[in-house]
Amino acid sequence: MLSFVVRRLAVAIPTLLILVILSFILMYAAPGGPFNSERPLPPEVLANIEAKYGLDQPFWKQIVNYVSGVVTSFDFGPSFQYKDRSVNDVIAQGFPVTLTYGFWSFVVAVTIGVSLGVAAAIKQNTWIDYFAVGISIGAQVLPNFVMAPILLLVFTLWLGWLPGGGWSGGQWQFLIMPVIALSTSYMASIARITRSSMLEVLNTNFIRTAQAKGLPMRRVIWRHAMKPTILPVLSYLGPAFVGMITGSVIIDVFFSTGGIGQFFVNSAFNRDYSVIMGITILVGTLTILFNLVVDILYAWIDPKIRY
Amino acid sequence: MLPNRAAVEGVADQMALAEVKGRSLWADARIRFFRNRAAVISLVMLGLVAAFALFGGMFAQYEPDFVNFSLIGSNAYLGVPSIETGHYFGTDSNGRDLFARTAMGTGISLMVGVVGALVAVIVGTLYGATAGYYGGRVDGIMMRIVDVLMSIPFMFVLILMLVIFGRSIFMLFLGIGLISWLDMARIARGQTLTIKNKEFVEVAVATGVRPSKIILRHIVPNLLGIVIVYATLLVPNMIIFESFISFLGLGVQEPATSLGALINEGSRTMQFGYMWQISFPLFFFVLTIFAFFFVGDGLRDALDPKDR
Repeated sequence: MLSFVVRRLAVAIPTLLILVILSFILMYAAPGGPFNSERPLPPEVLANIEAKYGLDQPFWKQIVNYVSGVVTSFDFGPSFQYKDRSVNDVIAQGFPVTLTYGFWSFVVAVTIGVSLGVAAAIKQNTWIDYFAVGISIGAQVLPNFVMAPILLLVFTLWLGWLPGGGWSGGQWQFLIMPVIALSTSYMASIARITRSSMLEVLNTNFIRTAQAKGLPMRRVIWRHAMKPTILPVLSYLGPAFVGMITGSVIIDVFFSTGGIGQFFVNSAFNRDYSVIMGITILVGTLTILFNLVVDILYAWIDPKIRY
Repeated sequence: MLPNRAAVEGVADQMALAEVKGRSLWADARIRFFRNRAAVISLVMLGLVAAFALFGGMFAQYEPDFVNFSLIGSNAYLGVPSIETGHYFGTDSNGRDLFARTAMGTGISLMVGVVGALVAVIVGTLYGATAGYYGGRVDGIMMRIVDVLMSIPFMFVLILMLVIFGRSIFMLFLGIGLISWLDMARIARGQTLTIKNKEFVEVAVATGVRPSKIILRHIVPNLLGIVIVYATLLVPNMIIFESFISFLGLGVQEPATSLGALINEGSRTMQFGYMWQISFPLFFFVLTIFAFFFVGDGLRDALDPKDR
């Protein structure tokens, strides 16, 4: 087990480095510096500014400085647009928000998705099953940027139950719509995967044996069927995590929740390279770490995997 | 001792009969596909959507980028969808004809989806087939690269690229092409692993056919079934992907538009009661995605023998 974790880490760390270096090269290759504007600065001023941000140094020195800053002290450097704050400030402000509704979305998607899928599989071809399958087909065509306007229309404009946006320190009223919009399509996918996986497991010999022994159905499901059922779901969680963290951009823009997505898009329009890079690297790191955890969990649960 | 003539002819007849009744793999798949009602209806729907995207512009009374200045500010009563004014779907908040713009947006979204799927088919299939065919260390390295690329959140990298190199359709296609082939490569590799031990590949190897030719002539054609299925399922994902970027305002540039951009514009004005500005693009978006999913499902049932 330990060697498996070590080997998996050995892949994750280069991946991270590649991400950091790749985004730095992209930024470096950008035509026109970040301080080129419609009103060109006098060359002396420009040279001064570039010296302040270290942009006058040769390429290899810049990249070594940046990478070592990121790796050793999680320092993503200063923002190119706002003189009074660094990229770390931006992340510190936005990330807790994203983390809050992202966490709840993930919990909602997994719990409701798995229970819906299990219920549909156990009661195959009953109304519960049709309901679950119907929902999961319907939700497939409702990605977050379609869900968000629809929710806003129904709950804010027509019913007037929920505030149309904002955060207010994360009160529950402000949390509901982002969480629903973000989790729906992943909940549907998880439900579908769980259902087909559970159906497959229920047809295997060891489940028949368990039933033949006279175990109550609840015990068969929880004790024997659940573990193999959850494996395909587990391997879907990685892509789902990426999707949700990407979807948070839409949520932030649409509901003005003030998470990192909002800063990301604003910086994209302002050409604030360092913020974009910092957020890209942060998100990439999270994704890679999450995939690492999922892989280890998978190896731990699945008895067939040898490490 | 010789078999009598009648019996021989009988056998020959039987064979001729069997030949008539024999069905190729593809014919078999076609029959299975057309038995699936949802898939057939979806196929017709897709045809209609494509026809709308191609020819809708001809029926529109206005150009998609024509700004009707007299309508700006009076959208609520003059820009309403109606036959008389010629704005079948109404106008957008800039006084442009929404019918023409929806046709244009549908076309661009479909194009993005198809191009993404094409890249996936070409690059992904060849990459996966090569990795699977050579096996061993080559396979290990090639698939590890795919793993690494897969664990990078590409939406962010793509937005970074769009910001740095400027927004254009070409960059969008490049970005979509960069990610769409990853899944396909994995699928093609898995399938190649089972094919490469078949006799016909062994024969080809034994007769000294070059590996590149074996991959192109013997392996890739046998991957086609599964490749077509996943390409069909990829198209809606690519459309969603593009719409996502356009929804943020980072995708297709004005005056061109896509369904995502139209949904974004519509969602900003729906609170003022201009419901048609979101409902028409949304309708076409949902219809297209639905249809592609059902056609893909139908194709999978028809072509992928594993899932039956």
